[in-house]
Parts: sequence; C-alpha cells; structure tokens
Amino acid sequence: MSWGWRSVIGVPYVWLTLFFLVPFVIVFKISFSEMAYAIPPYTDLMTWADQQLTLSLNFGNYSYLFTDDLYIRAYLSSIRIAGISTVICLLVAYPIAYAIARAEPATRNALLMLVILPSWTSFLIRIYAWVGILKNNGLINNFLMWLGIIDQPIAMLNTEFAVYIGIVYAYLPFMVLPLYTNLMKLDSSLLEAASDLGAAPWKVFMTVTLPLSKAGMIAGSMLVFIPAVGEFVIPDMLGGAETLMIGKVLWQEFFNNRDWPVASAVAIVMLLLLLLPITLFHRYQSRELGN
Amino acid sequence: MGKNVSNFGKTYLTLGFIFLYLPILILIIFSFNESKLVTVWGGFSTKWYGELLRDEQMLGAAWMSFKIAFLAASAAVVIGTMASIVMVRMGQFKGRAAFTSMITAPLVMPEVITGLSLLLLFVAMAQTIGWPAGRGMLTILIAHITFCTAFVAVVVSSRLREMDASLEEAARDLGAPPWKVFFLITLPIIAPALISGWLLAFTLSLDDLVIASFVSGPGSTTLPMVVYSSVRLGISPKINALATIIVLLASTGVLTAWWWAQRVETRSIKLPANIS
Repeated sequence: MSWGWRSVIGVPYVWLTLFFLVPFVIVFKISFSEMAYAIPPYTDLMTWADQQLTLSLNFGNYSYLFTDDLYIRAYLSSIRIAGISTVICLLVAYPIAYAIARAEPATRNALLMLVILPSWTSFLIRIYAWVGILKNNGLINNFLMWLGIIDQPIAMLNTEFAVYIGIVYAYLPFMVLPLYTNLMKLDSSLLEAASDLGAAPWKVFMTVTLPLSKAGMIAGSMLVFIPAVGEFVIPDMLGGAETLMIGKVLWQEFFNNRDWPVASAVAIVMLLLLLLPITLFHRYQSRELGN
Repeated sequence: MGKNVSNFGKTYLTLGFIFLYLPILILIIFSFNESKLVTVWGGFSTKWYGELLRDEQMLGAAWMSFKIAFLAASAAVVIGTMASIVMVRMGQFKGRAAFTSMITAPLVMPEVITGLSLLLLFVAMAQTIGWPAGRGMLTILIAHITFCTAFVAVVVSSRLREMDASLEEAARDLGAPPWKVFFLITLPIIAPALISGWLLAFTLSLDDLVIASFVSGPGSTTLPMVVYSSVRLGISPKINALATIIVLLASTGVLTAWWWAQRVETRSIKLPANIS
C-alpha cells in the first residue's frame, strides 16, 4: 500500500480512535474510581507506594446505582418514554414519507426539503417554542379558555406528554428520511404485479410495501430511539421535575453533584443498555455505507 | 412508485407541515410583540431586536460559536471525505469493521455520553501529557470535529457510491496518479456532497449545547449555552428575536443551496444526452 493511501486511512482512523474510542475506555476506568475533593475530582485506580503497586477497583458506584432506586426508575422511564415516542414518530412519519415518495419527481424534492428545513434551525429554539405553546398561560390554554371549552388551564408543560411532543417534533425528520429512501428503492413492478393479480390497495400495502420497508423502519426507529433515551434538553425544558430521564440524571450528577465517577457509571450502564439498538443500527448503516 | 398522491395523502402532508412549521411561525410572530409576555399580544414592536443587538454577552457567544462552527465544519469535511473514500473505494482491509462502527456510532450516541467521555479524555490528557492545558475553544472544536466527521462521512459516501466509478478507472488507465484522479475527477463530481456535508456540520456545531457544556471552560461560552441559561430563567422575547434571525439565515442558506443543487442536478442529467 502506498504512502498516500496509508495517510487517507490513517488520518480518520487515528482521529476517531483517539477522540471517540479511547474516551469510552477512560469513562469505563473512572467509573471504578472514587469521588475525591481534588483536581480532577476522582481517585487514581493505581497507586505506587512502598514499592507496592496497588490497584483499587471501586465497585461502589455500580452497587450505588442498583441500591438507590432513582437510577433504575430513571433508566426504565427513559426506555419507556423513548420507546413510546419512537412508535408515535413512526406512525406520524410513515404516511409523510409514503406521500412524498408517491409525489411527482419535481415536487418530491421540494417536499423532502420542507421536511428537513426545520432541523437546520436551532434544536434548542424549536424546543423552546413549545414552552410558550404548552404553558398554563400559553397559547393552547388561552385559546381553549377563549373558546370556553375549559375554564381551568390544562397542565401540559412539565408533564411526560410535553416530552413526547418534544421528541416527536424534534426527531420527525430523522424518521422520515430513512423511510423515504427505503420507499423510493421499492420496486414498483412488485406493486403492479400484486394489484394486477387482484389485490386491493390496502392489501398491496400490507403484504408488499410494509414488509419491504422494514429496513427503513428499523433505521428510522433507531435514529430516534437511541438519542432519545439519553436526551437531556427535551426532558429538562418540557418535562419538569416530575419526568425522570437518565440523560438528565447524568447531567445533574456531573454538573450539580460534581460526582464524576457516578456519572461515568451511569454512562457505562446506559451504553450497555443501548448496545443492542446501536448494533442493529450499525448493521443497517454499514450496508448503506458499504457496497 | 406510483405517481399520484391521494387526497388523504395531501391532507396528511398539509397537517404534517402545519405541525412542523406552526411553532416556528408563532415564535417569529411573538418576536415582534411589544409586551414582555410572550403569549399575550401587546402591539407591534421591534424593540427586542434592538435589545438583542445591544447584548454584548449574546454577541460574543454568537461570534465564538460561528468561529468554532466554521473551523469544525471545514476540518470535518476533510477528515469525513477521507473516511468515506476509505469506506467506499478501499474494499476490505484490516480493521474495517471497527472503522465503520466508529463512523456510525457517533450518529446516534446520546450527547451526554459523548460529552462526558470527551471531557474525561481531555482531563486525562492534560494530566499525563500536559495538553490541552485548559478547556475552551480548542476542546470544543476537537469535540465538534469528531461528531461532525461522522455526519459528513455519511453524506459524502452516499454520493461517492452513486458516482460512476468508470470515470476514475479511465483516468487511472490513462496513467494519472491517484492524487490527480482524486483532485481532477472525483472531487468535482462529489463537490455538491462536500458542500451539503459542510453545511450540515456547520449547523450541527452551531446548534450543540450538551457536548459543548461538558468540554468548555471559563471564557468559552457558545451561543446555545447563553440561550439555554436565559431560557431557564423563563421565556424572553429576546430569544424569539434571536430565533427569528436564526430561522431567516438558515432557511435562506438552505434554500439557496437547494436551488443551486437542483440546477447542478438537472445540468448533469442533460449533459450525457447532449454528448450521445
């Protein structure tokens, strides 16, 4: 292999190894250390004193995660909230992707662009927009009270409901895109064959289109589910104190309690939980990236 | 697929677009509100824009974010393009599986994990080799280059795969060295993907709150960090004004890029027909 080719592989390989892979090893290491009032605020795993090399692995952070039920509840509710949001997202996105894929080629690109356009504007600000809509004296409540349907505002902000809206709103384009790509690749002759043989349109959809778009549904779902499990901004701004999500717990452990080792243990357990979905996503994506 | 969208499809699409755009529209409308209450209309005013432009902290943070985003996007395009060449053109090599996982995993990795892990890396590096000495613009930049590289690699490699490889072969057969094939044949063809990859990376970097919060230091506050701390204190029409400016800039940018890409696309489709 020539020198040139080596550097083409080398630069991205070294960069990603150093700044993506190695950091996880360090998180793993620090999850076994103890919090200390020092800079940096954790103890070393290996100490050298009196000609003795001592390796002290502290499993306390992990056992702490399983004794204080806050963490287990946070993991479970993150998975539940992310799972429900992913399903809603899929149900909302599928007809959009389907309609765009069936549109005239000229309008198709414009429609697709319109779906993606909001995600080019700030994520933070799009979530902030919903605060003003969902608040007790926000637009929806004001409108409903003006209509006379309700006389007490409905509490929507700082509930799990608001988190679902936030996740679906922010992640919708990530679900539409892979579904659209998948539906575009669909061989239309299969659909024609099915309807020529007398299948009703809904039957063609259920027996041909839906099974063939499985790959797109999996890719889109993973693109929504995995980041949503660790989401911080949405539960923090829309979920209030009641909504427990692990991304928020990790953030507070790090920034408020300054307990880096526990934050690391929280991250490692989250990573283990996400290993299966990440592998699934990777299998789909490497088929897309390879030949 | 078929050519017609049913009425159901049209209605559904319209509802979908209302869902996507109505919140943004409301933000924009209330940025011109005289009243400080974001949900009660108190007359038309542009005073919040004035206040925004006098906010030194906001402007400083915006400039910091812009610099980081520009540099991060440029570096990510270089590294990401190299990565996509490796993935699409190199075939099998040792460590290929590990390589593709390092490209795909950052796409979905929860930001709190990426942020924490990079911070711990920077701290460990400062302890052992003394670099980076402090946390600030440089550490944010490194973090952004890393996750943006993955996004650029996905965009560029899909273009690279669609590209007609026989053009590269022809140039090679005629004796052009690999670097010349790349710069004269490959690069001009994948240029639109490089531009969209750059724009994507630029936006992602400009938008990042979580990772930057972990790896930033004193004196390196980015725009999302300022927005987040002021939003935490409650709703402010000044943020609506900022949102309007961001939406305006982003949509102008995206629409221009899209229109330009459409033109290039139609030209490249017409070209072979003229030749043959």
